[in-house]
Amino acid sequence: MKPRQSNFWKVFAVPLVMGLLSAAGLFAALLGDGVWDSLSWIGLGIPALFSLRGLLKKT
Amino acid sequence: MKSKTIRRWSFVHTWTSLICTVFLLMLALTGLPLIFHHEIDHLLGDAPEVREMPADTPRLNLQQLVQAAEKHRPGEVMQYFGEAEDEPNAVMAIMAKTAGTEPNSSHTFMLDARTGEALETPSANGGFMLFMLRLHVDMFAGLPGKLLLAFMGILFVAAIVSGTVLYLPFMRRLKFATVRNDKSTRLRWLDLHNLIGVVTLTWALVVGVTGVISACADLLIAAWRNEALGAMIEPYRGAPPLTQLAPATRLLDIAKEAAPGMTPDFIAFPGTRFSSEHHYAVFMKGSTHLTSHLLTPVLIDASTLNVTAVAERPWYMDAMGMSQPLHFGDYGGMPMKILWAALDVLTIIVLGSGVYLWVVRRKAAKKTLDVEAQATA
Repeated sequence: MKPRQSNFWKVFAVPLVMGLLSAAGLFAALLGDGVWDSLSWIGLGIPALFSLRGLLKKT
Repeated sequence: MKSKTIRRWSFVHTWTSLICTVFLLMLALTGLPLIFHHEIDHLLGDAPEVREMPADTPRLNLQQLVQAAEKHRPGEVMQYFGEAEDEPNAVMAIMAKTAGTEPNSSHTFMLDARTGEALETPSANGGFMLFMLRLHVDMFAGLPGKLLLAFMGILFVAAIVSGTVLYLPFMRRLKFATVRNDKSTRLRWLDLHNLIGVVTLTWALVVGVTGVISACADLLIAAWRNEALGAMIEPYRGAPPLTQLAPATRLLDIAKEAAPGMTPDFIAFPGTRFSSEHHYAVFMKGSTHLTSHLLTPVLIDASTLNVTAVAERPWYMDAMGMSQPLHFGDYGGMPMKILWAALDVLTIIVLGSGVYLWVVRRKAAKKTLDVEAQATA
């Protein structure tokens, strides 16, 4: 069972961080303006940038 | 994961996505301009300009505004008064033939709060943006349309969950964000589907779930009327319908006294689905950033102007209130709107690549079958 578990974290570690970033971003702007808004741009911007980078990789 | 388990999840992912894809594509495409509805209205000249006047020009009181509205649309009655977005010197008015008229048959316009001058807001009553909105909300099919879209939203959530489960076997031997460009178009799009799908997952889930909640709004409002409102207006059951309403002049002050620390958001006139036949309802919002999305109604007797009750706020009305910003993406300035649009387009790419991958795999499967058939023939 052990190698499977490490597999799970190997695959899901980065996506989990992305998920937490987005969630924090979505929530931050609900709490206030200014800095809170900027936090939300970072939280939502990073996943968007990763997607863009994947799309633009040279064929 | 056993190959049988993978096949089961794969089946769930394929069919939940395929069924909802057409609807989701429509929602993503119509949602795109809606993110920028405010900016588009200004660009098209559909946003009324309030007259320049000295800053200390006194405002009319509420009853005078009611009279101005009634003069503007004779034969109609007030349904709602609300704030005008970005326009402190104006109020939004919604009127219709009767107070109980359904929202799509109402007429929305702006009133200059100092002069009572009516300013039309064409995009709230027709045109391209309203067309997009109606497609997005109910496909011009009323409650059945909303519920169908809610169901599609649930399928979308199921597709996201099953897709996340499948991410594990697909990515076991690959590093995060691997895109294999050198092998085949199919592999490239499979990798992109997995990458974009997994990084936009949280956003898509939140927008999906809040969309489902908003699509059920009619049902939630009906439940709220039954539960919270029902008990409070019980003493008024059987009371004759009002022929004359007490003046609206002091409504906001009365509501502020009844709900200290809160600010008024909108007023529902008697007879609408947000009030009762015998009450004005002033909806008060919280004073912090977070609680400003949560509305507490103050019911005010429409003949005596006494406060009947400050209504309870059941959890599902709070869920509905919080769903709005989280679905619209309008709470973090222009950069957030742009990100919302980007994530929307990325979702379109995930949906499109999903269909492409399904078609390619089906073709491949058919080819193998053909080859096998030829071999046995």
